[in-house]
Amino acid sequence: MTVASITVSETPLVLYALRRADDALILGHRLSEWCGHAPMLEEDMALANMGLDLLGQARELYAYAAKVEGKDNTEDTFAYLRDVRQYRNLLLVEQQNGDFARTMVRQFFYSAFADLYWRTMMTSRDATLAAIAAKSEKESAYHLRHSSEWMVRLGDGTEESHRRAQIAIDDLWAFTGEMFSVDDSERGLVDAGIAVDPETLRPQWLKIVSGVLAEATLARPANDWMQKGGRIGHHTEHLGHLLSELQSMQRSFPGATW
Amino acid sequence: MATPNTPLWEVFIRSRNGLAHKHVGSLHAADATLALQAARDIYTRRGEGLSIWVVPSSAITASDPAEKGMMFEPAETKIYRHPTFYDVPEEVGHM
Repeated sequence: MTVASITVSETPLVLYALRRADDALILGHRLSEWCGHAPMLEEDMALANMGLDLLGQARELYAYAAKVEGKDNTEDTFAYLRDVRQYRNLLLVEQQNGDFARTMVRQFFYSAFADLYWRTMMTSRDATLAAIAAKSEKESAYHLRHSSEWMVRLGDGTEESHRRAQIAIDDLWAFTGEMFSVDDSERGLVDAGIAVDPETLRPQWLKIVSGVLAEATLARPANDWMQKGGRIGHHTEHLGHLLSELQSMQRSFPGATW
Repeated sequence: MATPNTPLWEVFIRSRNGLAHKHVGSLHAADATLALQAARDIYTRRGEGLSIWVVPSSAITASDPAEKGMMFEPAETKIYRHPTFYDVPEEVGHM
């Protein structure tokens, strides 16, 4: 027996909060998959810590989405009872962990963006979003530092670590453009001073990424073709598998607590 | 599991109301920067610290446990070195 998915009234602000919450939940879940499997105990803890930071961000954003929507949905129903097509996260964050280099490249691309994004969002006219941004920025700043240090060590490390890091960069690069896209729903929030136009952050993001990659002796891909679709629920095949694990308990035993 | 190439580091944390850095444990890391980050991730998850030191374990010179008789036993009979033979006035407070 399974429980049906919820319906969500995706007004611009609800959709906005869900998109950021989904980014954090899915990336946090990916990091949690490393728990007990990381190359060393120290990194096992570091990955789990980052995952928990992201889970905390997701919870606050889901709770806010639920409040704005004003219906029966809660942070739990948003996380556990939406189907894959209802998820609004970036394609980047749902990509599989792969090897350690791939996980770190994914983290680096996202954290470099998230840190800029949250820092700018601290001046949002929406007091709740500004407060969430202020808390999240401190966390993403550390995620960026940690993943940057690893980029340099992997890229400028051994021949094998360099090769693996470069493959991950080349594979994931096409998913980075989606971070900077804005649709009509979000454009209204940007104009109202509630949301940030991520396109304005792209030069800074490129500067940060280029700087770290250069220090890491890694090449920035020349290819500018970008994949997108996550923000409207068109996901890669990986998200469904992730959700089946994340949601299996609540789908099988609705409302179960322990 | 530690790899042979990854050095060991000793971690010292100064807590919120502590006056000095205290040894809290050790960890493996490739270099000082990563050791500091690992120390943050492993030893300050519950708000334990405001400052972290990491020191290469190899930089520590330790006394030899086999010499503990020579090193420490002579002090055990010098009870007069403990400040217990006079009363500390209440007003002095914590010393």
